[in-house]
Amino acid sequence: MTTEVRSVRFYVSVFLALLVLTALTTSVAEVDLGALNSPVAMLIAATKAALVALFFMHLRWSGYRIRFAAIAGLLWLSLMFAFVLGDIATRHIPQQPSGWSNLTGGQASSNPATPLN
Amino acid sequence: MWGFLSTEILFFGGILCGYTVYRLLYPQAWVHGSELNSLWLGVAMTVVLLASSLTMALAVRAAQLGRSNAIVGFLLITIALGLVFLSLKAYEYYGHWVHHLIPGFNFSGYQAPDQHQVALFVVFYFFLTLLHAAHMIIGVGVLSVIAFLAHRGRFSAIDHGPVEIVGLYWHFVDIVWLFLFPLLYLVGAHQ
Repeated sequence: MTTEVRSVRFYVSVFLALLVLTALTTSVAEVDLGALNSPVAMLIAATKAALVALFFMHLRWSGYRIRFAAIAGLLWLSLMFAFVLGDIATRHIPQQPSGWSNLTGGQASSNPATPLN
Repeated sequence: MWGFLSTEILFFGGILCGYTVYRLLYPQAWVHGSELNSLWLGVAMTVVLLASSLTMALAVRAAQLGRSNAIVGFLLITIALGLVFLSLKAYEYYGHWVHHLIPGFNFSGYQAPDQHQVALFVVFYFFLTLLHAAHMIIGVGVLSVIAFLAHRGRFSAIDHGPVEIVGLYWHFVDIVWLFLFPLLYLVGAHQ
């Protein structure tokens, strides 16, 4: 933990930056960017999270032990996503579980693998 | 505290991973599902929570300067903003109740060929937001205790660890919401 105290103006600036990014992500979401919709939204969310973590949570001025603990969570999170999504990407999964055809009144029962979208 | 927050990252991360898998399987249902949520309610909750993070940061600053009255004041504002957020959330849940959009209880409010996939999105929505709201309620409780201790003059410029710790927790819960907002409210906004 740092002993130096930041100014009120500094914290208000970070807050205003977070508001601008919220307005940005909301207005960008109205525009259809195709495959880029999600990456853009997640990039803005990650930027906002970084602002909060670095400045509100003082990670910017923290020692390496604190940073290590913070990064450990992200490391395990990325491992989980990498293995799970790697598995999903490399196997065939039917669009609709076969049991669901009964629930939808049997419309899809002739071809359970038909995408409903 | 950061060690605990690391485990919390994975606590929420597990559900978000499930969310991602099913979003990849049913992209269109995720678009339809997020359209069931009010975009402006989501924006309002985001702004309220960001404001509460600002006042929390200012409370920690007041603690660093040893100003007990300022700690109490900023913590009370933070608590109030947290309660505003929870009220908006409750209002939103009430809307889902009225419109019969609660899977497993009454999901007759959404009738379409992809209703089962959309119900799955709404299940993720409820799990993520209820878990987040539970964290908010715990946070409001701990903040109240810290505010009371500050009022009693427990903290000083060199001894205010609990204020910093609860600040880290509050900011973390804010960060979780910063990800939930686009994932639950913005997916279908371009339609």
